[in-house]
Amino acid sequence: MNALSIRKLRKTYNNGFEALKGINLDVEAGDFFALLGPNGAGKSTAIGIISSLVNETSGSVSIFGHDLKTDRSRAKSCLGLVPQEVNFNQFETVRSIVLNQAGYYGTPRKLALQRTEQCLKQMDLWDKRDTVSRRLSGGMKRRVMIARAMVHAPKLLILDEPTAGVDIEIRRAMWKMMQEVNEQGTTIILTTHYLEEAESLCRNIAIIDQGQIIENSDMASLLARLHIDHFVLDLAEPVVTTPVIAGYQIERITDKALNVAVPKEIGLNLLFSGLSANNIKVISMKNKSNRLEQMFMDLIDSKPAGEQ
Amino acid sequence: MNYFIAFKTLIKKEVFRFIRIWPQTLLPPAITTALYFLIFGKLIGARIGTISGATYMDYIVPGIILMSVISHSYANVVSSFYSTKFQRNIEELLVAPVPNWVILFGYVSGGIIRGLLVGMVVALISLVFADITVNNALITVSIVLLTATLFSLAGFINAVLAESFDDISIVPNFILTPLSYLGGVFYSVSMLPEIWQTVSKGNPILYMINAFRYGLIGVTDIDIQLAFNITGGFIVALTLLSLFLLHKGIGIKS
Repeated sequence: MNALSIRKLRKTYNNGFEALKGINLDVEAGDFFALLGPNGAGKSTAIGIISSLVNETSGSVSIFGHDLKTDRSRAKSCLGLVPQEVNFNQFETVRSIVLNQAGYYGTPRKLALQRTEQCLKQMDLWDKRDTVSRRLSGGMKRRVMIARAMVHAPKLLILDEPTAGVDIEIRRAMWKMMQEVNEQGTTIILTTHYLEEAESLCRNIAIIDQGQIIENSDMASLLARLHIDHFVLDLAEPVVTTPVIAGYQIERITDKALNVAVPKEIGLNLLFSGLSANNIKVISMKNKSNRLEQMFMDLIDSKPAGEQ
Repeated sequence: MNYFIAFKTLIKKEVFRFIRIWPQTLLPPAITTALYFLIFGKLIGARIGTISGATYMDYIVPGIILMSVISHSYANVVSSFYSTKFQRNIEELLVAPVPNWVILFGYVSGGIIRGLLVGMVVALISLVFADITVNNALITVSIVLLTATLFSLAGFINAVLAESFDDISIVPNFILTPLSYLGGVFYSVSMLPEIWQTVSKGNPILYMINAFRYGLIGVTDIDIQLAFNITGGFIVALTLLSLFLLHKGIGIKS
């Protein structure tokens, strides 16, 4: 069964801007799905329509088989949303924010209290339950939004840039939490600008640009299509001239660092042999950019500007 | 889906909100109306004498109570719903399976409760200055309830259509307050020249104040049945308009 099914979804804003141009998208139940795209590509509009915050111009959305127009209540009951920006009442306590949301989903009081406690503990916020939310740090506010989105145990959780602006420690903790939630059976749709996040967490991916889905596949096959990896090599000794090794494109970044484009069909062995032959000793290496980031940029760049 | 739980949650949240900020919501009307009673009722009223057989103090008590109910039921919904929109907490409700009628009646109920609470505070203060015995409890209770409902609905529509904080103060300052003062709070319309009597009859607040005054002290300038019809008619019209705005997402969705 599909957790989410979108058909011919269009959105034209009042100013005439066509944010979505008839997209189709399926997300399977249980998936950890990445929805990526540059700013203004249409991601937020799509998420807005799915979560009933934006009116669609035409097309249909169904969540776990429930049409958002004709079976609205059931469709919405399956969904939890963590929005990009903090949108809770900053004068309320952490507990009441989460508890009220459970109430909006019709959760009986006793169960709502249990679920609130469970979600706040899971988000490591139980100690802050009586704190007025405006006194929380940015990372804590994000976790409050996740707890609020999960309090009614949604089958589909949409996380719209959940880790934006949080430090690396919290981000890693949130990744772990998202993986656990997904392992417990919740379908997750993630949008993020941290592509290493999408690459390490998500199994399937769609890339949206200029209101259209330009890529929709599983992560492994998408990354397999990347023909060239870029590496930065740190050298033990400075080099004066850029070494020339057949099959590789090499640039000197500094005296002690090289940027190398490595075609996948050639691999790394010949590179290291060539460097050794030139008496160049490599002390460490790293990917110049994240693999998904490279693919993302290739896909976005390959689409002519203004293409419909 | 149990809509009653969502409705209860919304009302609870609304009531806690205005109780939490009671120095802004409940205290000011107590002070303002005490001053009205003292200055207009006690000091000036003593020189005015009686209107339709009632002392001036007794005559102004119902109008002042209802004026407080009107302004506070309106203010509660307009400020609460607009803040919800402004801070984007409205998304909590839009994402959840809460039907539009629950959102509307949840906020309107909050406005009614605050309006009635303020009305009770003002009525208690009036007991210090006036000796009121209720003439008709049914009319008194029903008209105050209907009036609070009507102005809560009006506040809701204002909040939905408002695009800035200025927009939520224009109606109370430039429409609601003048209409309340000209609705016969401090005088009987029969004291006005013919032409102004006719003009005053176009003011819906006049009907509500007079019906409430009849309920409390048995004095009115207008037909009570007409007052109920007008108030009821406005409630139906504003309810339908509110539901239409919510259905279309006007002012709250892109």
